[in-house]
Amino acid sequence: MSQSPESAADAVPMVFPDDTPVDLDAEFRASNIQEVLDKLDRELIGLKPVKTRIRETAALLLVDRLRRKLNLSSGAPTLHMSFTGNPGTGKTTVALRMAEILHRLGYVREGHLVSVTRDDLVGQYIGHTAPKTREVIKKAMGGVLFIDEAYYLYKPENERDYGAESIEILLQVMENNRDDLVVILAGYKNRMDQFFHSNPGMRSRIAHHIDFPDYGADELLAIAKLMLAAQNYCFSPEGEKAFAEYIRLRMKLEHFANARSIRNALDRARLRQANRLFARSGNKLTKLDLITLEAEDIRASRVFQEGKLDRDGDEMVGKDGHAANIRPSPVCRQAGGEGKT
Amino acid sequence: MMTNPGNRITQGQFSFLPDLTDAQITVQIKWALQHGWAVSVEYTDDPHPRNTYWEMFGMPMFDLKDPAGILMEINNCRKTFPRHYIRVMAFNSTRGGESPAMSFIVNRPEKEPGFTLIREERNGRSMGYTVRSYATERPEGERY
Repeated sequence: MSQSPESAADAVPMVFPDDTPVDLDAEFRASNIQEVLDKLDRELIGLKPVKTRIRETAALLLVDRLRRKLNLSSGAPTLHMSFTGNPGTGKTTVALRMAEILHRLGYVREGHLVSVTRDDLVGQYIGHTAPKTREVIKKAMGGVLFIDEAYYLYKPENERDYGAESIEILLQVMENNRDDLVVILAGYKNRMDQFFHSNPGMRSRIAHHIDFPDYGADELLAIAKLMLAAQNYCFSPEGEKAFAEYIRLRMKLEHFANARSIRNALDRARLRQANRLFARSGNKLTKLDLITLEAEDIRASRVFQEGKLDRDGDEMVGKDGHAANIRPSPVCRQAGGEGKT
Repeated sequence: MMTNPGNRITQGQFSFLPDLTDAQITVQIKWALQHGWAVSVEYTDDPHPRNTYWEMFGMPMFDLKDPAGILMEINNCRKTFPRHYIRVMAFNSTRGGESPAMSFIVNRPEKEPGFTLIREERNGRSMGYTVRSYATERPEGERY
């Protein structure tokens, strides 16, 4: 009896001759990765270094996949990442996309994103932390675990803090279950550097450090237009001019959180627009009125009148400059879902 | 007459088959997760068929997407209780269902002594029958 082809392949890995042709293009098309990269280009304004880095990572993974087809094993690549950048620079959104890319390339099985903060990982009493952390890890398996503001896990001023326990479990899982989940840590640059400095084990297990730059004023305007388009609104020409000016003024004020501030400003502008439409009741309204944000909706902001912050929205940014409670905590978000920029 | 050589207990799904491999267990769990059932791991050392409620090994696992986490728990449980019966249960929580949808054994003791049939003579000529595991002659925790 001759052996079946599979069992023969299992026993002795087939060695391909050095001139075996490889079709990188076909592999690239088959993975549909271009679609995700295009979407990334379309929906994320700016972020040049981030996009380059994602492209590189995708290329590496693709080549790695081809190599595996030719039995050139090089071990599973370490895919844990750290995203650093100021608030509102799109770290969560990119993490969502990353989950999708990794899923397309077959490095994670499900491609969902579990977004957590310290509260979801660290318990309140002795013996509470380990099961809590493990539960979150189990939920993230087959996908991406996104730990926002990861430096809060480590509190050097309190040696009895349970965060260290959580870090230990994470490290263990990041090493042993490398093909089950990808961990992405996110936070502000200098605090993340401090965190890595005091946790060298964490640093060495993270292969990709990606830094998110701040947006320029034109980029923010493009983002604003994209956000409005997603909600079926648009600026009138004067409205756009006013908003460009608003961005310029707002960027100089404190607690500026990039795209997040823009989103809050737009929400307030929508509020004023609705008010304006009500005040004019009696006049006939058209569909165009419902979707257009006029200059007056934007110029009513306190940023213009007093050079101060508006009272609502931006106050969610805490006093030491980080956003408090803006994200919904641990939710499973399917990759490709609504990204918030 | 030996109808069940080796006295393997047969409870839940797949119990007449050879033991499932980890890969096979993964596929079964995947099936449960696809239906949105909550999977839990339970153990016992009392093999009596009427022993319905086994000890829970940790909480039932809700909102999981991938079997790897459950397999991790199964292996933890195997490490803690290498000579116990361990089963994986999938609970269907949809209204009207609210019951276990799957249950299969993933670990069993090396030697299963099986059951003895106990006859009880009652009034007149009637007989009562019951079964009792040889293993339960010893106290809990020392049975296998």
